[in-house]
Amino acid sequence: MRDRPSGDEHWLVRSSTIRRLWAGAGVVLALVVALDLVIDHHPYFGIDGTPGFGAWFGFGACVVLVLVAKALGALLKRPEAYYDD
Amino acid sequence: MTTSLLLPPGLALIAGGALLPLLGPRLRSVALLLAPLVALWLVWQVPDGTGLGVSFLGLELAPVRGDRLSRLFGTVFAGMSFAGGLFALGQARTSELAAALVYAGAAIGVCFAGDLITLFVCWELMAVASTLVIWAGGPEARAAGLRYAIVHLLGGVLLMAGIAGEVAATGSALFGRMDLSSVPRGLMLTGVLVNAGAVPTSAWLPDAYPRASWSGMVFLSAFTTKTAVYVLLRGFPGTELLVWVGLAMVFYGIVYAILENDMRRILAYSIVNQVGFMVTGIGIGTDLALNGAAAHAFTHIIYKALLLMSAGSVLFMTGKHKCTDLGGLFRTMPVTTICGIIGALSISSFPLTSGFVSKSMISEAAAESHLAIVWFLLAAASAGVFLHAGIKFPWFVFFQKDSGLRPADPPWNMQLAMALCALLCVGLGVLPAPLYAMLPSDPAYEPYTAAHVVFQLQLLLFSGLAFFLMLGWLQRTLTITLDADWLWRRFAWSVAHVATISVKPVSSALGSWRRRARVTGRVYLRRYHGPTGTLGRTWPTGAMALGTILLLGGYLLIFFTMG
Repeated sequence: MRDRPSGDEHWLVRSSTIRRLWAGAGVVLALVVALDLVIDHHPYFGIDGTPGFGAWFGFGACVVLVLVAKALGALLKRPEAYYDD
Repeated sequence: MTTSLLLPPGLALIAGGALLPLLGPRLRSVALLLAPLVALWLVWQVPDGTGLGVSFLGLELAPVRGDRLSRLFGTVFAGMSFAGGLFALGQARTSELAAALVYAGAAIGVCFAGDLITLFVCWELMAVASTLVIWAGGPEARAAGLRYAIVHLLGGVLLMAGIAGEVAATGSALFGRMDLSSVPRGLMLTGVLVNAGAVPTSAWLPDAYPRASWSGMVFLSAFTTKTAVYVLLRGFPGTELLVWVGLAMVFYGIVYAILENDMRRILAYSIVNQVGFMVTGIGIGTDLALNGAAAHAFTHIIYKALLLMSAGSVLFMTGKHKCTDLGGLFRTMPVTTICGIIGALSISSFPLTSGFVSKSMISEAAAESHLAIVWFLLAAASAGVFLHAGIKFPWFVFFQKDSGLRPADPPWNMQLAMALCALLCVGLGVLPAPLYAMLPSDPAYEPYTAAHVVFQLQLLLFSGLAFFLMLGWLQRTLTITLDADWLWRRFAWSVAHVATISVKPVSSALGSWRRRARVTGRVYLRRYHGPTGTLGRTWPTGAMALGTILLLGGYLLIFFTMG
């Protein structure tokens, strides 16, 4: 292990890089949704063939899962030493 | 093929494990790497069908029986023990390595067991050997290892009871496809599900595995749950109950992993999550679903080992395992970071990685069987996997904040083991044909259609967006989350405690009475039976004669007065 001087920031954590990463991510996300308009779909249930279904479904699923986890956590979280005493 | 060549493939590993403690350091490393390769060769020497017939207690046993499913699991188990051995070359505790080899050998033994007795013997050998692997983690692993052993021995009892009932009812111990038509089969299924980490007994997995050493958990992640998947695949395909058990495991794993702070416990919860996908596939039961479950077990073993090697490297180099203590390690651990990310992408089924070509078969099978609810839940779960393991693990360990830690990448053998697994993850993702050729039935399945790829990319990338938008809610806290094991770690303990308190007045009264009785008893004994006591001391002969005369006189007196 070696220490670096604190002013020497890695390029990946500079705020300018992070801004660029967000912008790039936005372009990629838009592209992936746009691709849905040009490809062939073979939906099994109807809604799974609509443009952008994967995008909103994936996003929504994650929000719901995090909310469920938060609620469950409020009920079931304990300090780390819970079983030790 | 002559039968004389037909050795049980697991035997090479078990013998290697037994020899390991007797060898010097250099030979030990050679044996650690050689035994899995011999086992791998033996796996491919087993022909289709029952190769070895033995009679035992009037039952026909088949200790070695081969087919494509056995070889698929045997191959990945042997390969995994090689990669794990390479990673663990620097592990100073020989007991862990020896136990790990025996553990792997027993797992391969289960895969080639043609009868239930052989299967059970290997099953229990796995339980014992894996407990030893956990205990090699040091003093902190002792209690968790004991809890692990108790749960698995209990599962073994259920399995044995089921086997005994099955043999009594059918007169045969041969292991084949079963339905749930009898109680013994239900017992067997329950015993197997305990090992699979099925809800609600899954707590043993995140409790025990993360206490193993930096190398121990790599071995542990591969064998126990996947052997259970193998037994379910052969014994209980198409059992509808398994669809729902599997889905419960999938969501349990995600939710608990989101709340977790320990990096290896996050990965432990995601084992339950991934095995849930396989169990769901087995429950769907079509050829495509079973192929998908088998393929997913194969790819999962590799990418999960890769993830745990990457976590193990971090633990080995920093001694830390909590997300709150880690972060920013990408600066000085580039190889570990890249390998960890490849593992994380594979577990998330990112296109061009191994997880994509296996997991998508299970979803496709659900769609083909018109199981709408199952398909939508699996899709939601796929998004959740990216959230809880695909991004969360690499983000909190390697990026997040600068923890100030500047560890180097681990020694060459650990890097090589990670590179090997990473290569397989990408290789199988780009070229799935060799894997598909090993599956139980020939699949007519094409993973790389435009619709599949675009759907999966949307699902994953927008999950990633959700992760970074909700990052504030996902920050880790110094907490654990209660699980079903609370029942025996806290509730049962409290009941015992309350019972002790309520009987205390009675027992203390009893205790003081006993103490008093002991003291007075001792005084009494000394007074009458001690050296100078009336009954203990030596009396003159005359006293004896006088006593006899008195006794006889009394007797005469009573005789005449009564007569």
